[in-house]
Amino acid sequence: MAILKTEQLTYTYSPGSPFEKTAVDHVDIEINKGEMIGVMGHTGSGKSTLIQHFNGLLRPTSGKVFLDGEDIWADKKKIRDVRFRVGLVFQYPEYQIFEETVFKDIAFGPKNMGLDEADIKKRVTETAYDIGLTEEMLSRSPFGLSGGQKRRVAIAGVMAMQPEVLILDEPAAGLDPAGRDAILSYIRKYHEKTGNTTLIVSHSMEDIASFADRILVMNSGKIFCFDETKKVFARSEEISQIGLDVPQITKVFDILKRKGIDLGREVYTVGYARDLILDVLKSKGGIG
Amino acid sequence: MLRDITLGQYFPGKSIIHKLDPRTKIILTILLIVMLFTGDKLICLGIGAAYTLMAVLLSRIPVKMFVKSVKPILPFLIITAAFNIFIIDKGDVLFHWKAIKITTGGINVSVFMIIRIVLLVAGSSLLTYTASPITITDAIEKLLSPLKKLHFPVHELAMMMSIALRFIPTLIEETDKIISAQKARGASIDSGTLRERAGNLISVIVPLFVSSFRRADELATAMECRCYNGGEGRTRLRQLRTSACDYIAAAVTVMFLAAVIAADKML
Ligand SMILES: Nc1ncnc2c1ncn2[C@@H]1O[C@H](COP(=O)(O)OP(=O)(O)O)[C@@H](O)[C@H]1O
Ligand SMILES: [Mg+2]
Repeated sequence: MAILKTEQLTYTYSPGSPFEKTAVDHVDIEINKGEMIGVMGHTGSGKSTLIQHFNGLLRPTSGKVFLDGEDIWADKKKIRDVRFRVGLVFQYPEYQIFEETVFKDIAFGPKNMGLDEADIKKRVTETAYDIGLTEEMLSRSPFGLSGGQKRRVAIAGVMAMQPEVLILDEPAAGLDPAGRDAILSYIRKYHEKTGNTTLIVSHSMEDIASFADRILVMNSGKIFCFDETKKVFARSEEISQIGLDVPQITKVFDILKRKGIDLGREVYTVGYARDLILDVLKSKGGIG
Repeated sequence: MLRDITLGQYFPGKSIIHKLDPRTKIILTILLIVMLFTGDKLICLGIGAAYTLMAVLLSRIPVKMFVKSVKPILPFLIITAAFNIFIIDKGDVLFHWKAIKITTGGINVSVFMIIRIVLLVAGSSLLTYTASPITITDAIEKLLSPLKKLHFPVHELAMMMSIALRFIPTLIEETDKIISAQKARGASIDSGTLRERAGNLISVIVPLFVSSFRRADELATAMECRCYNGGEGRTRLRQLRTSACDYIAAAVTVMFLAAVIAADKML
């Protein structure tokens, strides 16, 4: 059963003005419970616009969005509940922080849900731990933290609502490589721990290649492809043609293939590449 | 949403009006205001209306946009007109009941005022629709430059204005984004009780201030890195130039103005 589904979803910004722009164009997708989905596409391909429909922040110009089989716009009054069930972390979420302490900021979402004090406290401390914030930080002002730490506070603020679906828009954008790896691995651990449905938006395949079950590639507001990770990477050439960066290791293997050394499989993580090379060498009796 | 407000929005285009030098457009707008408020005969207003209509049509901007620009002031117009109708006691009495007295004079004044203000708003919207905010501030700086002799900080004023104008869309975008982000955390900002909304407003205002200060800081650094030290000896990227069009437009406007004055004095 699909937890999220769209039907001919279309969204046009400023319709009827000279700045009219159809950012999402007749999109049909289905996302299953517990999946880890990567959403890719170059800047302006409509990723952010698409995901803001999943929690009802944007209302489709035409088409429908279903959460657990129900049209989320069937009853306008229930849209706030949809926002608690589908958590959305915006791009550069650290700019939405406003409370005096880290604790209070993470508690903002749960408080809006109307939970009681004890429950809020439990959720905040738990989530802070899950995203790698220390207990000591909870009482500090968020404005004194580093960029990467602020980002974690903002992500924790959405995670603490314990949404069934967690959507993160470019969670690693603008971070240094270490910070990027840390955030992505916390998100992945959280997904494994809770088993919730997670969507990660990124324009870099490197970020999501190693752990997405399926990848949705957007191009000019339309679905370019939506398939299992390895099948998407089998089309790495087409994907680099629409302006996306293929992981470096995939590029290396593409070049090898062009030079006549075809290892017969799609490679998109370094670990897998190592195993594959070792396998091939073994079968040729090179090592053993 | 917020970004749908059209006040001061620039619509790029290639019409004659777009091509006019922004300095000309500012002066002509001032002349239009003079034209609209000269004389109190119907014919004067008719000439002013014809002039505004001609300019609007020449700009090739959808008439819809002008209707949109007038809409926000309609409530004020209607209220003021109502006051005028009831208060002014001049000419023939049309209706009299207890303290309420409506006269032809009152109706006259109200109708004139409504038409004048509508034309005024439409005419000045034409300026902001056809000239980008940056060229308008450039033009204002140029037009006010004689005041520099009196040590009036013309350049600084223009710079402040262009920075403010430059950041309006950015701030609107930013506000939109922060509102969305807080809504995603369940804040009720455009729904819910007044108390909830007021409380949640803090969650928008604080981040907005934080980011405005950050932007101001970044901009100051960027300007200093480029050795900005005021208007002294500064050259411009966009040079303002007048062409034959400007003189023709000015001539036509002066003719209309003369017609209004003549009509007022002679007829
Ligand atoms: N608020 C907006 N108003 C008008 N156009 C917008 C707005 N947000 C995005 N767009 C346009 O919609 C298109 C898709 O944008 P977006 O969804 O942000 O893409 P992505 O997240 O993939 O970079 C872009 O062409 C962008 O310019
Ligand atoms: Mg985006």
